[in-house]
Amino acid sequence: MSPTVATASPAQKDGSQIRQKEMIARHFDRLAAAAETGAKCAYTFVPGNLTELLLSFDVLPVLPEINALQSAMRGKTAEYIAAAEKLGHSEDVCTYVKSDIGMMKSGNVGPTGLLLLSYTGCFTFMKWFELLREEYHCPVAMLHVPYQADGRITDTMRTYVVDQLKTAVIPKLEEVTGRKYDEDRLRALLARSAQAEDNLVWVLQSAKNIPSPIDAYFGAVYYVGPIFSAFRGTTDAVDYYRELREEIAGRIRDGKGPVTPDGDMERERFRIVVEGPPNWTNFRQFWKMLADEGAVAVASTYSKVGGVYDLGFRHDPDHPLETLAEYCLGCYTNLSLPTRIDLLTRYVSEYRADGFLINSVKSCNSFSAGQLHILREVEARSGRPGAFIETDLVDPRYFSAANIKNRLESYFQMLEQKRIGASS
Amino acid sequence: MAGRVSEDPGLTALVARADSLFRDQALATVREWKARTGGLAVGFLPIYVPRELLHAQGILPVGLMGGRPDLEIIKGDAYYQSYICHLPRSTIELGLNGTYAALDGVLFPSICDVIRNLSGIWQMLFPKVLVHYLDVPQNFEPAVGGAFYRRDLESLARALEAKGARPLTDESLCHSIALYNEDRRLVRELYALRRREPWKVPTHELYVVLRAALLLPVEESTPLFAEYLALVSADESRRPQDQARVLVAGSFCEQPPLALIKTLERSGCYIVEDDFVQVHRFIRSDIPAGGDPMERLVTALLTDAVASPTRYIGNGVKGEDLEQRLAGSGAEGVLFCAPSFCDPALLDQPMAVRAAERAGVPWTAFKYAENSGQFQVIREQAGTFADSIKLWSGA
Ligand code: SF4
Ligand code: SF4
Repeated sequence: MSPTVATASPAQKDGSQIRQKEMIARHFDRLAAAAETGAKCAYTFVPGNLTELLLSFDVLPVLPEINALQSAMRGKTAEYIAAAEKLGHSEDVCTYVKSDIGMMKSGNVGPTGLLLLSYTGCFTFMKWFELLREEYHCPVAMLHVPYQADGRITDTMRTYVVDQLKTAVIPKLEEVTGRKYDEDRLRALLARSAQAEDNLVWVLQSAKNIPSPIDAYFGAVYYVGPIFSAFRGTTDAVDYYRELREEIAGRIRDGKGPVTPDGDMERERFRIVVEGPPNWTNFRQFWKMLADEGAVAVASTYSKVGGVYDLGFRHDPDHPLETLAEYCLGCYTNLSLPTRIDLLTRYVSEYRADGFLINSVKSCNSFSAGQLHILREVEARSGRPGAFIETDLVDPRYFSAANIKNRLESYFQMLEQKRIGASS
Repeated sequence: MAGRVSEDPGLTALVARADSLFRDQALATVREWKARTGGLAVGFLPIYVPRELLHAQGILPVGLMGGRPDLEIIKGDAYYQSYICHLPRSTIELGLNGTYAALDGVLFPSICDVIRNLSGIWQMLFPKVLVHYLDVPQNFEPAVGGAFYRRDLESLARALEAKGARPLTDESLCHSIALYNEDRRLVRELYALRRREPWKVPTHELYVVLRAALLLPVEESTPLFAEYLALVSADESRRPQDQARVLVAGSFCEQPPLALIKTLERSGCYIVEDDFVQVHRFIRSDIPAGGDPMERLVTALLTDAVASPTRYIGNGVKGEDLEQRLAGSGAEGVLFCAPSFCDPALLDQPMAVRAAERAGVPWTAFKYAENSGQFQVIREQAGTFADSIKLWSGA
């Protein structure tokens, strides 16, 4: 979620980025020392991550999706994917999984702690952890989060998740750590989460300004990093999002556009909403293709994969397990197609976007299956044209730069002509 | 179905009828049933739904399994990128071209993200049709996953009633469970006969009968299975051949073209175990009678369902089920036969391969699409595989 690799972060560093890098460095130090310190780790997923619950047990979260995207940014995933495919993993399946498996087969340490299978919004998660369990014989706690097929969370769904927290997840954490569930500590963590979430939402909604001070897709993967990964509920996260908000407020005061790989965007020409995960192998190149056109993402759905906060949800310390259930049920990949279409249409209007871009990722049926229908529906409802490109997450074979560049260039030309036509 | 079926005219006639039902892509049979009974017809996608519940409310459950190779996809391709399996495309085509107009509802079992997202598209394309996403539990504790599944089935029953179906009663559900127990028992018997004497039950023929049954009310599918079982058991004109006994795995959703199944058999394989049309065998034994029938239906799913790749194996060992099926069927080889881009089958396959290797059984793998028309490569691959099995088993 948060590509913390120096080469990938924007040209100049804001205070919040330095703070985030330090937070992540400290977290990796704790992970590296876990064997000696006896700290327990839990492998889990960004969507539906129960970070506060893990931290209340002093369990360190490890997020294999983030390992995979970071490997992609370091140019390692072609090799990892090839290794996994050699072991019989099909070329048709998710490249996060193959990158993770290939990484471990290339001499990296496999998971040692608990596999917390937060089964939210993606079928592949179940197979991913079954594969890891078979290989590394780790204990697994399964949390099945039912799908919002009808666009709402029912009592039956919430009760089911809470019951599993009580009867499956918490007992497994108690067993793995030898400690008792501490609800007061969990409440304290959840209260801090809500504070950080308020500031994150402020930052994301700052893109309603013209010009937008942030890029809500490429830039947002840095901003959501702490809250989507190991830090939601920590004082570090509270401080990070307070500092980030102050920085963005400063950019608005100065009338600055967003940070881009080549420094601040001089002139915002096009405001777009983006649907779908980014490509990580050519992340900077992909970002530059838009930034060079003066195109800024003002809202994105990928920045909601680890939780949808801008529709009002906040973690509620007064109902700890219910709020964790509500959070899991509300992640973007757990939303129905009609709900996703409503949200995208709303973003196009509320953020005064000129159009929207769907980056359809080959690996991910959860996002991709139905995106062509989303394209047509959002165009019809918003009256704004959509662009549709196809890439992959971490398999460099599926990022055809020339093709994507051509498509984006012709799309922005079309937007420009529409604008000229409208003003003449 | 071309070629001589059997010397028994009764069997030939039965297979011809099953074949015409299998080819009835326009669901004429369903329309006739609705006209005759005034009941509702509710479609369901793979793999499994509790048909007893629909039947108990006077509904005709209709198994939808995508399109055959001769279905021309005109609109369906506009909904899916090239790297998504074919089934949703043909399903949408059959929806948009009016074929499924006779369906008052469609159930979408939670087997993968493609079917999951398709339920959202169906809501938008066919707002008058009842759409229900059956979020089958991955927690198998009665008080947790069982309670959740029961509440989901109860809400489905209410929705069907609001749509015009009969109210669900314990009495009607008990009766439906009994009927489907018999239906499943006969399918188990057919599979047992095929394990014992595979020459009597050619898979391409059994397959057509299983698919035909998806369009029939249980009151008609059961006699069809019974008659087919009696006729093939008695038919002495079918003689053993020197074929390799294989288990086919991975074809539980998007279906292989019938011609592919025939190709495997002509390449020297007796298919003695498979996961085709798994709704007929998803619950592995009789659902007990008596007591609270809804609780029995829920318990059957929690404790007695197939270890499908779409089902989380919490406490057991991944692949154990495949090892048992290999031992139980006497299969000498495994054909991993999965649809392209099928997440459940292809993500599961490395673990299934390990199970085959633990069992010491050779395997080979290939992919297909429901509209594949070319089987030359598969024919050679399956033929070489079958020859190698026969060579070694003969050695
Ligand atoms: S990229 Fe998509 S399919 Fe792969 S793990 Fe993430 S949500 Fe699941
Ligand atoms: S073929 Fe596989 S991926 Fe496609 S709908 Fe069926 S289970 Fe899902």
